[in-house]
Amino acid sequence: MQDFSASFGLAFQLVLAADPDLLEIIALSLKVSLSAVAIACLIGLPVGTAIAMGRFRGRTATIILLNALMGLPPVVVGLLIYLLLSNAGPLGWMRLLYTPGAMIIAQAVLITPIVAALSREVVEQLHCEYAEQFRSLSVPRSSAAAALLWDARYSLLTVALAGFGRAVAEVGAVIIVGGNIDHLTRVMTTAIALETSKGDLALALALGIVLITLALSVNAAVMALRLTATRYAYA
Amino acid sequence: MPDGTTVSQGRTWAAPTDESECLGEAVGLVYRSGDRTLIDGIDLQIPRAGRTVVMGANGAGKSLLLRLLHGLLLPSAGHVRWGGRPLDDALRQQQAMVFQRPVLLRRSVAANIRFVLKLRGRADQARVDATLDEVGLAAHAHQPARLLSGGEQQRLALARALATDPQVLFLDEPTASLDPASTAAIETIVNRAHARGTKIMFVTHDLGQARRLADDVIFLHYGQLAEQSPAQRFFDDPVSQAARDYLDGRLVIRKSSK
Repeated sequence: MQDFSASFGLAFQLVLAADPDLLEIIALSLKVSLSAVAIACLIGLPVGTAIAMGRFRGRTATIILLNALMGLPPVVVGLLIYLLLSNAGPLGWMRLLYTPGAMIIAQAVLITPIVAALSREVVEQLHCEYAEQFRSLSVPRSSAAAALLWDARYSLLTVALAGFGRAVAEVGAVIIVGGNIDHLTRVMTTAIALETSKGDLALALALGIVLITLALSVNAAVMALRLTATRYAYA
Repeated sequence: MPDGTTVSQGRTWAAPTDESECLGEAVGLVYRSGDRTLIDGIDLQIPRAGRTVVMGANGAGKSLLLRLLHGLLLPSAGHVRWGGRPLDDALRQQQAMVFQRPVLLRRSVAANIRFVLKLRGRADQARVDATLDEVGLAAHAHQPARLLSGGEQQRLALARALATDPQVLFLDEPTASLDPASTAAIETIVNRAHARGTKIMFVTHDLGQARRLADDVIFLHYGQLAEQSPAQRFFDDPVSQAARDYLDGRLVIRKSSK
């Protein structure tokens, strides 16, 4: 128990002292996960909006598939991306394996279905409300989609946050395609796993503290934004 | 039978005699949902001028008829023509509709107006200001639209519809949940639009409102056209039994078809 207390003490010291190794790991984690969220939003928001507004054969099956893909196992995604990016794989020529780029791809694959499925739900709800008015005004589909995305922006921020939460906290995919290489592909989750197995609980705990604080801060910021938006009836 | 009233298949209407007086028409209009026929073979002609008020009990098909005439719903049978042409997107752009519950964008009051003006390629600030000024909402331009009162929201919805300079304005019970002052404000705006030449198609349950607004009345009864008459004639001497019952406040309950 004393060891744990000492570890907590050391962990706080590392955080407060802004340990360079710690900061490097945090910065890479944010870079990888935020990039993955950006890619997931670029793909997932249009896909979700198209499904929300579209009426096509197989729509229900598509929605079921999309919802199911939200639960993609990170290790399976990691393995698939590994196979694609390995030298023998079809994208081996890109030489991305064991680079932050591969980690971004893996996380983007993991969270794009989350962003697409949740944004589909958000946009569809708003579309039900606006559809008749838009039809009456003969709003072109592209303008209607843009209006829906804009008016749902605060709810979609929560969707992006859900994606970020999943990305920043996952370990299975990034450890397979990134390899947890010190000063190159080591992120918070892979470092926590490694340091725990090595018995260096202080660094693992420090990273855990940062991870939880980060998650809380981002959630609080988005919640505050949504509350403000709701107060002004924009959400 | 009053002059100018025609009888067909047990229904009556006063069609415009001159074809140039007719702006729109519905021919054999039927709308089914599942095995229920909600609009049942309506033939009518919509006069070019004036304010046409659509009346009837709940479930008579008033809102459905408006949606069919505006092209928001496709008929199961029959067709709608405006100016002799079938309804398409280009024609619908010359029409506008205000719904019972205003559908406002989650934006400011001015942004709601700007949205439609932008669609029509004329989103200059002066026009936005003039539109809001006309409906008495200029002072609320930068407020969130959804924080307006019910009456103000409906005025904004009406302003947005009128911002497109529609040839035909459909209003589906726009004052159903408004107080007398807000109702009067809406009626004033509608009358101004009518004076500028906009054809008005107005659904209401309110007999007082119908008397104030109507130049001619379409009366529906269980999805059928019971009567179409000039307003004065409709209120003084309705032809159909259904309209007489409605105006006299008698409860008419259709027996179950089982």
